[in-house]
Amino acid sequence: MTTTQPTTPTTRRPNRPPIAPPSLAQASATVVWRNLIHIKRMPEMLLDVTVQSVMFVLLFAFVFGGSIAVAGSNYREFLLPGIMVQTMVFSSAIVAMGLTNDLQKGIVDRLKSLPISRASVLVGRSISSLIHSSIGVTVMAVTGLLIGWRIRTGVLEAALGFFLLLLFGFAMIWLGIWVGSLMRTVEAVQGFMFTVMFPLTFVANTFAPTENMPSWLRFIAEWNPVSALTQACRQLWGNGPAAPPDAAWPLQNPVVVTIAWSLLFTAVFAPLALAAFRRRSRD
Amino acid sequence: MSSRPAVEAIDLVKKFGDNTAVDGVSFVVPEGSVLGLLGPNGAGKTTTVRMLTTLSVPTSGTGRVAGHDVREDPDAVRRSMGLTGQAATVDELLTARENLRLIGRLYGLSRGYIRTAGDELLERFALTDAANRTVKTYSGGMRRRLDLAVSLIAAPPVLFLDEPTTGLDPRSRSELWEVLRGLVREGTTLLLTTQYLEEADQLADEIVVIDKGRVIASGTPTQLKDQAGQASVVVTLTHAADLARAEELVRMCSAEVHVEHTARRLTAQADGLGDMTRIGGIIAESGIEVDDLGLKRPSLDDVFLHLTGHRADGNDQNETAEVLQ
Repeated sequence: MTTTQPTTPTTRRPNRPPIAPPSLAQASATVVWRNLIHIKRMPEMLLDVTVQSVMFVLLFAFVFGGSIAVAGSNYREFLLPGIMVQTMVFSSAIVAMGLTNDLQKGIVDRLKSLPISRASVLVGRSISSLIHSSIGVTVMAVTGLLIGWRIRTGVLEAALGFFLLLLFGFAMIWLGIWVGSLMRTVEAVQGFMFTVMFPLTFVANTFAPTENMPSWLRFIAEWNPVSALTQACRQLWGNGPAAPPDAAWPLQNPVVVTIAWSLLFTAVFAPLALAAFRRRSRD
Repeated sequence: MSSRPAVEAIDLVKKFGDNTAVDGVSFVVPEGSVLGLLGPNGAGKTTTVRMLTTLSVPTSGTGRVAGHDVREDPDAVRRSMGLTGQAATVDELLTARENLRLIGRLYGLSRGYIRTAGDELLERFALTDAANRTVKTYSGGMRRRLDLAVSLIAAPPVLFLDEPTTGLDPRSRSELWEVLRGLVREGTTLLLTTQYLEEADQLADEIVVIDKGRVIASGTPTQLKDQAGQASVVVTLTHAADLARAEELVRMCSAEVHVEHTARRLTAQADGLGDMTRIGGIIAESGIEVDDLGLKRPSLDDVFLHLTGHRADGNDQNETAEVLQ
C-alpha cells in the first residue's frame, strides 16, 4: 500500500545542533565529572576510605601494636604501608558495589542509549574510583604522621611508593568493575568481594611479618601480590627491613614484581570487565 | 516530500531463556506521527522499546530508527533518538543543569549550546526555578519533565517514551501531554508505551495493542473503538425515585438497559445519535428531571477487554511480570 499523503507540519522542528560524538577520553572525562559530583554531594561515600581506614590504623597501632614485634622497625611504621595497601585493595569492593548500584538504576540505560563508547562509562568510573582511593590514602598518611609514621627516604622513593599504590589500586578497581558488571545485586557483590578481600589482605605481610607463619601459609602469603606491594612501599619509604634472605622471590624484588602484577591484572580484568558490561547490555 | 518511516519494527523477537517476551512484533511509525504501544504489564512493551533503542539486542528480527538499522548501525540510531525510560533516567545527585550538561556533553554538544538550549528547555518545562537544585528534591512530575528535557537536549527527530506518565497525578499527567503535543507540532516523531488507554487515545495517531509479546490489534483510536462495537446512551436522573419509571420508558427504545441505583444512572445499548435523540425525547416528554444525558462510545478499555478477554489495568494476577534487564 503506497501513501502519497502530503505532509503538513505546522511548525518546523528546531534545527538539530551538530552532533559530534565525543572521543573515549572526552566521554570518560564527563563521566568522571559526574562521579566526582556524587562524592561531593554524598561525602559519606568517603567514609569507607577515611573513617574506616583511620579506625584500622588506630586499632592495629594501639590494640595489636604492643604484641606484634617487628625486627628492626617499630610496628606503627611497619603497619602504615600495610593499611594503605589494604585500603587500595578494598577499593575494588567499593567500585563493584557502586557500579552494581548504578546498573540497577535507569541512569546507565540512559548512558547506553547515547552515541558514546560503552567503555567510557567504565573508564570514567575507574578514574573516579582512583581519585576516591587517593583521598583515602591521603587521610591515612596524615593519620600516620600524627601517630609517628615517617617516610625516611627521599622524595623520589616516596613518590614511587605512592605511584605503586595507585597502579595496583587501578588494577584492583578493574577487578571490581568486572565483578560489578557480572553480579546483579549490591548484596551479592558485597558478600563476594569481602569473602575474597579479607584473606587476600590478611594472608600477607600487611599486618604481621610472614616469617612466623606455618611454612605453607608463609608460601601463600609471600606469593600474594598484596605482599609484594606492601614490601615495596616499606622498602621505598624506609618503614621496614628488607625481606629476609629465605623469603620468596617476589619479596626480594618487590617493586618490579608489583609493577608486573599491576599491569597483568589490568590487562586481564579490564577486557573481562568490558566484555561483561557489553554482554549485560545485550539483554 | 513523502513521509518516510521514522521507526520500523520488523518481526522483532526477544527471548530470555525459555520465556519469549516479544514474539514477532512489527509496526511502522511515519515521520512526525505518534504511535502508542498499548498493553498491560508484561506484554513486552518495554522490551520492544529496549530493542528499538539499542539497549537490547533482538533474538531475531530487527528495527530501524530514522532509516538506521539497530543491529547494523546502533551508533547512528543513538544519534537520531532520545529515550525517556520507565524508571526515571536522570541522576538524583545532580542538579537539573548538571543533568542536561552530562547528557549534552556525551552527545558531543558544545558547552555554549548546552547552556542556551538547556535554559530554553528548563523554561519550557517550568523548571527554571529548580534548575540548581539536586533532582532528589524534585516531585515525581518534575522528574519526568526533567527526564524529557534531558532527552531533548540534542533535539532528536525521534523520541521514545516508556510509560511517560506512570505514577503521575492527573494534573501532572495532562501537563506532560500538553508538552508532548507541542513536540509533535514541531514535527518530532513519538513512540510511547502506555498502560493507560486514555493516554493512547489522547496522544496517538495510531495505536498498536500488544499482549503476551504479540500484536493483537492496530489502527487509529476510532477504528479500534469501532471494533469494540456498540455505543450506549447514559442518562443520569436528578431523583433516584424516578429510576423505575425511566427504565420502563427507555426499554421501549433499547433491548438492554442497565440501572445503577446509587449513581441514579441508566445505561442503554444504542446504535448512535438517533437512539440518543429518541431516548432524550421520551424522557423529556415524561417530565422526569435529568442531570445529564449523553452518548458513550466504547473506551479503549472496552476495546482491550474485547480483544483479550481481560482488562488492561495490570491487576490481572496471572499476568507474567515484565522481564526487566
